[in-house]
Amino acid sequence: MPTVYIDDKSIELAPGEKLNCIQAAERAGIEIPSYCYHPALSVVASCRMCLVEVGEKKPDGTVSIPPKVFPGCQTPVKDGTVIVTNSKRVLDAQKATLEYLLLNHPLDCPVCDQAGECGLQDFSYKYGRGYSRLNEPKNIKPDKDYIGEQITLFTDRCIMCTRCVRFTREYSGTGELQIINRGSHEEIDIFPGQPCNNKLAGNVVDLCPVGALCSKDFLYEQRVWWLKGKDSVCPGCSTGCSIRVDQNNDVLYRLKPRYNPQAQGHFMCDEGRFGWKYISSEKRLRQPYQKQGAGLAPSNWNAVMPAVKTAIGTQVKAAPTKFAAIISPWTTVEEAYLLAKLLKGLSPDVTLALGPVRTVGGDDQYPKTVTGAPPKEVKFTIRAEKCPNRRGVEGVLEHFQGSVISFETIASQLQSGALEGLYVLNADPEAMFTADFVQAAKGLKLLVVQDLLESPLANEAHFVLAGAAWAEKEGTFVNHNGLAQSIFRGVRGPGEARPDGRILWELNDRKGLFRASTVRQEIADEIVAFAPLILGDLGEHGVMLNSSEPVVAPALQPA
Amino acid sequence: MPICADDVEWVEEPSMNFWESTFLPAIFGGLQITGSHVVDGKTVTHQYPEEKPVLPLHYRGVHRLNKDEAGRVKCVACMMCATACPAHCISIVATEAPKDDPLWNGRDKFPLSFELDELKCIYCGMCEEACPCDAIELTHIYDLVGTTRAELVFDKNKLLSVYDETKDCGLDPVRTKRGALSGCSEFATLPTLGPATSVKADDRAAKAPSPGVIHD
Repeated sequence: MPTVYIDDKSIELAPGEKLNCIQAAERAGIEIPSYCYHPALSVVASCRMCLVEVGEKKPDGTVSIPPKVFPGCQTPVKDGTVIVTNSKRVLDAQKATLEYLLLNHPLDCPVCDQAGECGLQDFSYKYGRGYSRLNEPKNIKPDKDYIGEQITLFTDRCIMCTRCVRFTREYSGTGELQIINRGSHEEIDIFPGQPCNNKLAGNVVDLCPVGALCSKDFLYEQRVWWLKGKDSVCPGCSTGCSIRVDQNNDVLYRLKPRYNPQAQGHFMCDEGRFGWKYISSEKRLRQPYQKQGAGLAPSNWNAVMPAVKTAIGTQVKAAPTKFAAIISPWTTVEEAYLLAKLLKGLSPDVTLALGPVRTVGGDDQYPKTVTGAPPKEVKFTIRAEKCPNRRGVEGVLEHFQGSVISFETIASQLQSGALEGLYVLNADPEAMFTADFVQAAKGLKLLVVQDLLESPLANEAHFVLAGAAWAEKEGTFVNHNGLAQSIFRGVRGPGEARPDGRILWELNDRKGLFRASTVRQEIADEIVAFAPLILGDLGEHGVMLNSSEPVVAPALQPA
Repeated sequence: MPICADDVEWVEEPSMNFWESTFLPAIFGGLQITGSHVVDGKTVTHQYPEEKPVLPLHYRGVHRLNKDEAGRVKCVACMMCATACPAHCISIVATEAPKDDPLWNGRDKFPLSFELDELKCIYCGMCEEACPCDAIELTHIYDLVGTTRAELVFDKNKLLSVYDETKDCGLDPVRTKRGALSGCSEFATLPTLGPATSVKADDRAAKAPSPGVIHD
C-alpha cells in the first residue's frame, strides 16, 4: 500500500486514490490551514496559507526534503511522500502569509457578520502573529451592495481567495463574478448591470472564508456564536440537500448546507436557503380547532384528541370504504406510517392516498453552459418535484395497500360524492387544494385537517389539528434517489402547535413519548423496503434504502 | 495566540512555622486591631442622605451609552457586552446604518434598540470591559429608584441621557478615546510595533509569546 507520512503520523492510500497534501493531512487528523482551496473547486494555490515542506522517503530509508515550502493544495502525494507541517520554516511562512493577508484587512470584527466563524480570526489565533507591523494607511475600498439580490460585498475585507469567482464559473456556470484591477487594487466585482442572482448564488456567502460576501437576509440579525444548529434536510425539492438549521431562542435565522456526498455535495440552492419564511408566518395554526355551528372554535388538545379519535372510529365503523386519508409527500415516513397504521387498524377497507405532488418546470441542472445545452457533468440539480419525501410516503402506502393512489384519483372520488370521511395530513406550505376540492369537502360527514397554515380547506374541517413545519419535528425523509436521512427538531412550533408525529402517536393510543428513532426501527421491522432504517440513528449522511450493501448495525442500540 | 507554557508562573503557598500553625499570633494580632478601633474615638458612619459618600473612581453604578463626536450613539451593536454579561440583562437589536444618510457616514451597523435591565444587572463591569469601542461605561450613579420593574429597563434613549447627565460632572470622565472600532481600526495611528490596543512596545503583551517569530 502506498504510504504517506505527515509529521509523526502516516496514512495509507487506497489504490488509484489521488489526494493533495491538505486532504492527506486531514485524514491523518492534522490541519493544514488554507483559504483558497475548496474540495469542490479547482486549485489555484493563490492564498499561500497552506505552505508546507514536502519531501520524499527513499527506498533505502533516507528522507530528502528540499529547503523550501510548497503549496499543499497543489502538491499531490504519492508513495513515500513526507509532509512536514510544524517545522520552523512552515510556521514562519504561515505567520508571514497571515501578516500579508491582514495588511489591508480593516479588522472591523465587531461589526462583521462573519466574526465567530471567520477563517482569518481562527487562523490568526492559531498560526498568526497577533500584531501588525504595517506603518502605512490601509487600502479602503467601497462596499458593493449591488452584487446580488441576496448578497452584499464588503470589499475591504476580501483576501482575494477567488473561491466565489471560481464557484460561479465552475459550479453554477453563470460566471457573474470576476476580479477587476490588479495588484493591491484587486477587487471582486460583477460585470456592469449583471448582478449575481443565479439560483446557487447564496453559496458564495458560505464559500467566503472571511466576511467579505455576506447574506443580505441574515445581515446583522444575530452574532453567530449565539446560533444553535440541528442537522436537517431541506424540504424544498426531492434532491434532499443536507442542511443545518440555525436558531436562537426558537427563532430560525438561517439554513446552511452540510457536506453529504450521497445527497447533494457541498452546496444548496437559494430556493431552499431562503424558502423557509412560512415557518414564522402569521398564518400558522397555533392551536387545535373544532367545528361549532358554521365556524371553527379554538379548542385545546385535551378536548380535541379524544373527540377526533371517537369521530374517526365512528365514521370508519359506519362506512369504512367511504373513508380516505390524504398523506402529503411533505410528511415524514414515521408520520405516514403512524397514520396508515391507525386507519388500517380500524378497518383494512380505508383508502390511503398520496397528497398533491407539486412539480415546477423541469429539473434545473448546473453548471449552466453558455449555449444553454445541458452540462456535460452535472454538479448540482434543483429538481422539479417540490417535495422532500414522495418516495418515503409511497413506500408506506405500497406496504399497507399494495399500490399508491394518486391525489387526482382521490380528488375525483371526493367530487363524485363517493367519500364520507377524510383525514388530510398535510405539511406542504403551498399545497394546492382547488376551490372545487374545498367545495366538495363541505359535504363530508367528517373532515380532519392536520396542517401548519390556515387554509380554505381547514375552514371547512370538523377538526383542525395544528401541526409542525419540517424544522420543528423529527423524522425521516427519503429523497429522489432512495436516500433516507433523518431530520431533527431545530425550533419549537408557535403557540400550542405540536409535532405531527406526536399527534399521530397519541391518536394511536401509544404510551410514552414519540421518538422518531424508535418508530423508524419499528417500520424497518415491518416494511421490507425500509429495512436499512433498523439502525435507528441514520448518521449525518443517511442510508440508501435500495443499496445492495449490507447495513451495519451499531454495536449499541440507543435505549 | 494560545497561552504559552512559559508564560504561566506556578506559585506555591508558603509553609508555616510552629507558632504560625497554632494561629495564636494571628488571633492576637486581629484582637489588637479591633481593640484599637474601640478606643480611638473616630466616627465611621455617614449622615446619609444629607452627606453623600465619596466614591472611588472605579465605582460601578448605572450604565451609560457614550456618544461620538458627531453625536451619534458610539455603540456599533457588536453585542460583545450581551455576550459577556453573566446576568443576561442586555438585549440589542442591530440594524444596518442607512448608506445615503450623511449622519451615518462611515458606519455600517448601529443598535436599533438597546435595552438594559438595571434590576437584573449585577454591576460587574464585564460589559464595559468587553466593549471594543468604549461605548458602554458604568457611572457613579448608585441611587437608582423606580416604581415599576419596566421603568428600570433602560432603553437606548435613557442610557444616552445618562451620558449627557454624567459626562461633565467630573466623576465620570469619558475614560478612553478610542476610535470608531477600537484602536485596531485607526489605520493612521497604528503603533509601529505592538498589538492593536495601545500597549507600549516594551510591554509583555507586545512580545510574541512563542519563539519562531521574524523580528524586524
